[in-house]
Amino acid sequence: MIVRLMGEGQFLVDDACLVRLDKLDDSAMEALDRDDEGELDACLDEMWSLVRERGTQLADADLSPSDLIIPPSDLTLEETRALFSEQGLIPDLPTETEPG
Amino acid sequence: MAGLMGRATTVMKAKFSKLLDKSEDPNETLDYSYEQQLVLLQNVKRGVADVVTSKKRLQLQTSQFEQSLVKLETQAREALSAGREDLARAALERKTAVQSQLRGLDEQVQGLEAQQQKLITSERQLSAKIEAFRSEKEVIKAQYSAAEAQVRIGEAATGIGEQMADTGLAIERVRNKTEDMQARAGAMDELIASGTLEDFTSDKTQLDRELEQLSSQSQVDSELARLKGELGAGPERKELEQ
Repeated sequence: MIVRLMGEGQFLVDDACLVRLDKLDDSAMEALDRDDEGELDACLDEMWSLVRERGTQLADADLSPSDLIIPPSDLTLEETRALFSEQGLIPDLPTETEPG
Repeated sequence: MAGLMGRATTVMKAKFSKLLDKSEDPNETLDYSYEQQLVLLQNVKRGVADVVTSKKRLQLQTSQFEQSLVKLETQAREALSAGREDLARAALERKTAVQSQLRGLDEQVQGLEAQQQKLITSERQLSAKIEAFRSEKEVIKAQYSAAEAQVRIGEAATGIGEQMADTGLAIERVRNKTEDMQARAGAMDELIASGTLEDFTSDKTQLDRELEQLSSQSQVDSELARLKGELGAGPERKELEQ
């Protein structure tokens, strides 16, 4: 499975790692629902370290899409929520070529 | 996957699938996507330049504040040796204020430094992926029928679309951060201009003026003493001359 750490890059992880990520992901989701930013950040940080330690980073030029995307832990609760909203935290892609 | 990772993945993919629906001609989709990638690459380069500019501004302010610390320490010493503890206290109070400003600036510079590194990483990854996409695009155009091409485009475009969404977010965050910082610096300028805050870094502060007065006063005193000494030798002469 390919996992993207947002703002850092893509990593290839094995199944054992994935199982652990899945558990942390559930806790992260619960923390978000409870507005528990400390717990959310702790879960995300653990997921990041796990992927960094156990995963193999893909080459920059690799065009494979990721199976999973892990948000960074330095977002606020509101930002993390906005990341998943309709408008999104992620800006729309540029639609016109700007002059210059 | 209903957790955070799954949601993030869905949102990122949705962002890019919007673009893919734009054209039925695969070649057009490819070229349009490539153009967008280049625009985004320009944006991220501009983002890096903006961060560097903001960082330089903060570093300049930092060095002004550091000079100001040295100066205030010297002034406090001068004031004390002139027996003006009130002035020395004022100088030290100002020094404390400047020190806390400095700590804030340091944190901001470090924050910008981290953002800059992230943007540079993002730029490097985007740039490599754009190059790979460009080759892939030509292969697709040359070798596949329209129907096959749609599938291949889907694969290549999703991969780079994800990177574009990621880079886009990085640019947005840096933009918010630098705008926030500039607004704060602007507000500080206004406070200084309105006299609410004294400009620690201007050449003449109230403290400077008082210390100057003090030193000119002591110079006057010593001149006076010298003259008195000279005159004390022959006051009668003065009377004679009149």
